[in-house]
Amino acid sequence: MIPGAFAYHRPSSIKEAVGLLAQYGDDGRALAGGHSIIPMMKLRLASPGHLVDLAGIGDLKGVRADGGDIVIGAMTTQHELIASDLLSAKIPILRETSLQVADPQVRYLGTLGGNVANGDPGNDMPAVMMCLNASYQVSGKGGDRRIAARDFYQGAYFTALEAGDVLTGIRIPVPPAGHGSAYEKLKRKIGDYATAAAAVVLTMVGGKVGTCSIGLTNVAETPLWAEEAAKILIGSALDGATLKKAVAAAEAITSPATDARGPAAYRTKMAGVMLTRALARAKSRAK
Amino acid sequence: MAKSQVSMKVNGKTIEALVEPRTLLIHFLRDQQNITGPHIGCETSHCGACTVDLDGKSVKSCTVFTVQANGSDIRTIEGMANADGTLHALQEGFREMHGLQCGFCTPGMIMRAYRLLQENANPSEEEIRYGISGNLCRCTGYQNIVKAIQFAAAKLAGVPFQEAAE
Repeated sequence: MIPGAFAYHRPSSIKEAVGLLAQYGDDGRALAGGHSIIPMMKLRLASPGHLVDLAGIGDLKGVRADGGDIVIGAMTTQHELIASDLLSAKIPILRETSLQVADPQVRYLGTLGGNVANGDPGNDMPAVMMCLNASYQVSGKGGDRRIAARDFYQGAYFTALEAGDVLTGIRIPVPPAGHGSAYEKLKRKIGDYATAAAAVVLTMVGGKVGTCSIGLTNVAETPLWAEEAAKILIGSALDGATLKKAVAAAEAITSPATDARGPAAYRTKMAGVMLTRALARAKSRAK
Repeated sequence: MAKSQVSMKVNGKTIEALVEPRTLLIHFLRDQQNITGPHIGCETSHCGACTVDLDGKSVKSCTVFTVQANGSDIRTIEGMANADGTLHALQEGFREMHGLQCGFCTPGMIMRAYRLLQENANPSEEEIRYGISGNLCRCTGYQNIVKAIQFAAAKLAGVPFQEAAE
């Protein structure tokens, strides 16, 4: 399969990349790890006239602490996330999630920025970012701005990004020390997108849930932040009755498609099962 | 569309060429350089038959544009045997342990296993299986591929290979 012809650009600064993407508008696309856009180009589902490769921009790489936040450059690969000691210590759900993304070869090139910016509801990181209350740093024609992950996703492949925008980094507030987290993903085989998946970050205080945040993957047109379900759990000891209510609240916001991964009703139920498992595991890890 | 000048090292040899930006690395290697060890299997980045080692990373060369590989150092199955023609420990392992039947997936399997052993010289069976999860084999059922990689790990470490009881 051979993609359509395009002109290749390799800027060395964010400013230059923004200039190129602004200039080409809808005919230009940013190229990060390429593992979403290249398959789409091969299938001719995308045929941009200009690809702007972000690989030559040093400012887009790396993981660093900044006050109470961790900032991850958009071009940081899944492989690099998995290898980061800082992330493993401070936000272990990221490593746990990365290890469930695609396969080793894809993780060597696939980037966090690409994963969150593409707006593919099958991608795993967006729901995790909503769960963590991350924000995305964006550079565009009008300058720099930040967009909360929880406000970013508008529909399948539709996000708050506008033509000329480059997502440059992901800023994540470090969850409290002693928090517990888990990412539970049901998939047909290794490397597959989720049939349903749930991300949980919580703290336990005296045997009760102190704080709780929940994200859901691939059970709607966008990743979901299950705010109501988390609210129900706060203050509880995750007892059966409360758990049931929270799972029902999470299932109620899903609207999955019926596809090769199963009928819609099954995928909704699996979102509930993944949430139940993620809550149990997060609780067992909380100190 | 204007062609781009690229330069890269493939199996230790510097290659300079003009390519269309849309030329995928697998097509460049096979059609323009006659390096036909990397195979075209699924062309959708699932099967791993096209895996090559690029700057210390295992990559699926069907999902990389040649222009992205400009300036890189690439190794394919053609670059694995020793200069005197003797086999690399992985190649020997695949032969000794019957790690292939039709052989279509083997170049990709070996290149992926090569990087896996570079990063983890003594992987467990589970780590091997997880490490080659981006490579599909439709013949062997993977048992003998895992053994072949264990054989190579032992040989590279200079210890005798102990086949696990079944």
